[in-house]
Amino acid sequence: MTDQAYNFAYLDEATKRMLRRALLKAVAIPGYQVPFSSREMPMPYGWGTGGVQVTAACLVPEDTLKVIDQGADDTTNAVSIRSFFEKVAGVATTEATAEASVIQTRHRIPETPLHAGQILVFQVPIPEPLRFLEPRETETRVMHALEDYGLMQVRLYEDIARHGEIARAYAYPVKVEGRYVMDPSPIPKFDNPKLNMSPALQLFGAGRECRIYALPPFTRVESLDFEDYPFTPSKAAGQDCAICGASGSYLDEVITDDAGGRMFVCSDTDYCATRVQEASA
Amino acid sequence: MIPLLQVTGLSKRYGAHVGCADVAFDLWPGEVMGIVGESGSGKSTLLNCLAGHLAPDAGQVIFDTREQGPRDTRAMTEAERRWLARTDWAYVHQNPRDGLRMGVSAGGNVGERLMAVGARHYGDIRGQAQDWLSRVEIDTGRMDDRPGTFSGGMQQRVQIARNLVTGPRLVFMDEPTGGLDVSVQARLLDLLRGLVRRLGLSVVIVTHDLAVVRLLADRLMVMKDGHVVEEGLTDQVLDDPQHGYTQLLVSSVLHV
Repeated sequence: MTDQAYNFAYLDEATKRMLRRALLKAVAIPGYQVPFSSREMPMPYGWGTGGVQVTAACLVPEDTLKVIDQGADDTTNAVSIRSFFEKVAGVATTEATAEASVIQTRHRIPETPLHAGQILVFQVPIPEPLRFLEPRETETRVMHALEDYGLMQVRLYEDIARHGEIARAYAYPVKVEGRYVMDPSPIPKFDNPKLNMSPALQLFGAGRECRIYALPPFTRVESLDFEDYPFTPSKAAGQDCAICGASGSYLDEVITDDAGGRMFVCSDTDYCATRVQEASA
Repeated sequence: MIPLLQVTGLSKRYGAHVGCADVAFDLWPGEVMGIVGESGSGKSTLLNCLAGHLAPDAGQVIFDTREQGPRDTRAMTEAERRWLARTDWAYVHQNPRDGLRMGVSAGGNVGERLMAVGARHYGDIRGQAQDWLSRVEIDTGRMDDRPGTFSGGMQQRVQIARNLVTGPRLVFMDEPTGGLDVSVQARLLDLLRGLVRRLGLSVVIVTHDLAVVRLLADRLMVMKDGHVVEEGLTDQVLDDPQHGYTQLLVSSVLHV
């Protein structure tokens, strides 16, 4: 079979229309989870099938695509999704955040500030922020509808009672425009402030769970907290990137030997490489 | 003064089977109403209809709300009913596992209602949870333990604290002492009686235990096969039962 046997961006046009309708609804009701009929994709669930479908529905031939996985452009997930769209859509790809028009991401928001016109697509494993608090899906929907979010606060209370601080470090729940509580996907809470008032369109796709939600540009996104225990976007304390020296970026801890050697490096590889290049130039 | 709760013509059927039929009563502020009857007599169906957990087929349940005066709870939206359920109403389940979150600490359980009505200050929430746990005689050193590690009597007391923390005006109790041994029952009853009198709560309490209503209830309703067969002041009904079924019920109590 040749690559031309595929429709542009793999999915057929009717499916893309269905996805776009869901996306439009999601954008119209920021933070609300819109059900959609998720398709089988040529990759396993948990590898970003939701994100891939949303990206496929958004792509046009003129787009430039960037795919990152935990901030890196060169890991398996990112490389395979990028080559997938090179093959089935023939769009240009890039590793530079500023040059991309569509960015599909897993677990990070790029360090380089996004600009208007860009689309950031998140891969979401569990869209329901109340999932492990209330087992009934029918009930969580009613709770969203009635803005019954005391339970979410109980989880944060439990954290403080047990650990002395809100211990949740990723998938930190946010409130969108003072209305819906949303799971921002497993991004580190360090990235939560970047969700707020972002000039880019942010789309969230959960393939296995058949849910799409969205944050239109310039949406107010607040992280839940207590008055006396305010939200803090934390990262590895007191460390700078060992490669580029950045102090304000999110760091990965890399084990370098079996004698306790370790280093902290930027998780955003494009950001790090650009800084190194600029420094040597 | 107007009644806190006015019930008229309340009926609930399960197909051909009658849950409760044509129940009517007024509950006044500060009054404790007991509902007794054997298993299957429709007591719990009635309580669930009153508390909005079940939709009755006919009749009205008019509650005197703080802001808008008397309103039929059946005509309220689900959002309004839930708001009532976590502010002015409380529901004590027979089995504390139904009324508690077993995966959440005792303090978190008590604090949940506060957070559900908008409290966002950790110190205040914890302070109030502590206060209420000590009022129901739970060692505050255990407030961060999960209810699963507590005895049955303690769980029931945590459930009561969790319900009363937002200062409700109307409390529904479904066999609050069921499944507890007698000495624990006695202590719980003591505690309940104290709280009800001190806080001036209005209570609808469902039980099959006549000793419980003798201690707690001002007025009594006796149910059989979904119908109210006798009602009156507690002492009057228990000491001078008129209906044949009530006489049977009173004479069935074992004396030690």
